[in-house]
Amino acid sequence: MAKSAEKTKKSKSKKVFTPNIVAFACNWCSYAGADAAGVNRLQHSPNFRIIRTMCSGRVTPAFVLKAFNAGADGVLVSGCHFGDCHYIFGNHKAVEQFDKTKALVKTLGLDERRVRLEWVSAAEGPRWAELINEFVEQITALGPSPLNHKKK
Amino acid sequence: MTIATDKLKSNRAFLCLECGKCTAVCPISRYNELFSPRRMLAEGLFYDAENLISDKLLWSCLTCQLCSQRCPVDVRFSEYMRDVRADAYLQGKRGNPSHGGALHYIMEMVSESKLKQNRTGWINGDLKVKKKGDVLYFVGCLPYYQDFFAKDFDFSPVSIAADTVKILNYLGIEPVILDNERCCGHDLYWLGQLQKFDELGEENMKQFEKSEVKTIVTACPECALVLKRLYPERLGSGKYEVKHITELVAENIDKFNFKELGEKATYQDPCRLGRYLNVYDQPRDSIKSIPGVEFTELAHCRRGAICCGTTNWMNCDITSKQIQKSRLQEAVQSGAGTLITACPKCQIHFRCAEMGDENEKTGIEITDFVNFIAKAIDN
Repeated sequence: MAKSAEKTKKSKSKKVFTPNIVAFACNWCSYAGADAAGVNRLQHSPNFRIIRTMCSGRVTPAFVLKAFNAGADGVLVSGCHFGDCHYIFGNHKAVEQFDKTKALVKTLGLDERRVRLEWVSAAEGPRWAELINEFVEQITALGPSPLNHKKK
Repeated sequence: MTIATDKLKSNRAFLCLECGKCTAVCPISRYNELFSPRRMLAEGLFYDAENLISDKLLWSCLTCQLCSQRCPVDVRFSEYMRDVRADAYLQGKRGNPSHGGALHYIMEMVSESKLKQNRTGWINGDLKVKKKGDVLYFVGCLPYYQDFFAKDFDFSPVSIAADTVKILNYLGIEPVILDNERCCGHDLYWLGQLQKFDELGEENMKQFEKSEVKTIVTACPECALVLKRLYPERLGSGKYEVKHITELVAENIDKFNFKELGEKATYQDPCRLGRYLNVYDQPRDSIKSIPGVEFTELAHCRRGAICCGTTNWMNCDITSKQIQKSRLQEAVQSGAGTLITACPKCQIHFRCAEMGDENEKTGIEITDFVNFIAKAIDN
């Protein structure tokens, strides 16, 4: 019984590609935004893992590349809107770092749509849910990353 | 935990006289008294190596071979460091990578054979390259450095690649450039990640064989060392000859028609090109043959040249900064206005040392050998 259940699970996972997404969320806005989405019981895709950073400016190219190296299919970097940053200009730094990241991802031959920088405030729970759904849909359309060794 | 006897033997560690010359000349030991090559060797020889393997300073060694140069019995300390690091790596020990390890992740990622890189964006219309031919230009990490360092350091790493092709075209050579060239694996080799190094090497060797090249030219001393010596050592030799661009320019120096530059220049010997590959005279002769260039030597030059402060993107700290600053001071004291180096990494490190405190800036112009030669080519 258990074996057959496992089998159906396996055959299902072969047919449907469920992406693995790493989402870096800043402590003050986006993480709280994601929390708000949960508190409001908004349904959204469960394919992402949140990593909380104190500020989106902390997310250097190394973070994103490590995620891809470990087999992530997409990476989302998310922080406060301009002017809302708790470290005043942290999200401007995030933009600088993200430009580098995007260029590196492009040179590496990964689709640049696999990385995304978005601003989500603590009050924007519905926007977080919408954003995640949209991003998961996009990555599903792109297919697994060439560095994702589990799904071929 | 002890270091395996055959590793000690192959690196001539048993011959150590404990004279301490290695520690006396080591650029790291000069600024960080906690780092001592003699002690690190003795720990591997006589004691339990547990301390050595868990020591963060294990990853600080520049593998610049200045110690081996001075060693009376030729202990291969750099290779010894590589072997100890390989043991430490297997135990899950790591150093502190610079830039959060971003460059190491890139090296690991490009070993994936399914990845199709977009690394030839720098080839513009003026440069003549071919899909198949006798000469291959091995670009190395320059396209990645362009994305990573160009904005902060105000220089263009891919201009080194573009100028190399320009020089090759000037000599009537249209080089082959691989669309999906892999990292040579130099840094992973010296950090003891030998399995990843072999994977990268095999991917590269396959591509060389496919393109049927006879000569490989590179503008990076590290790539030159790997292709010339490390691949044949570990993976068997290919049917091609490897040349660093300084060697190629020196060989064909009669064919160049330089214009007058009017600069005072000095030259930093990259450790891989100098002490590892014995290329000292070729770049100097080429620079001196440009009319109007007055060449001065640094206080520490040729076999005694001091490293640019960091290798393998590992353990960059205040010690590295001090080495870089003292090296730049030497350049200023030599009276030169331009510091020429043949290694893109040296240039990145020196430019990094020049950033920060306005009062400590030396203001010396730092340029690559290739850019300098390309500037002097008369069009």
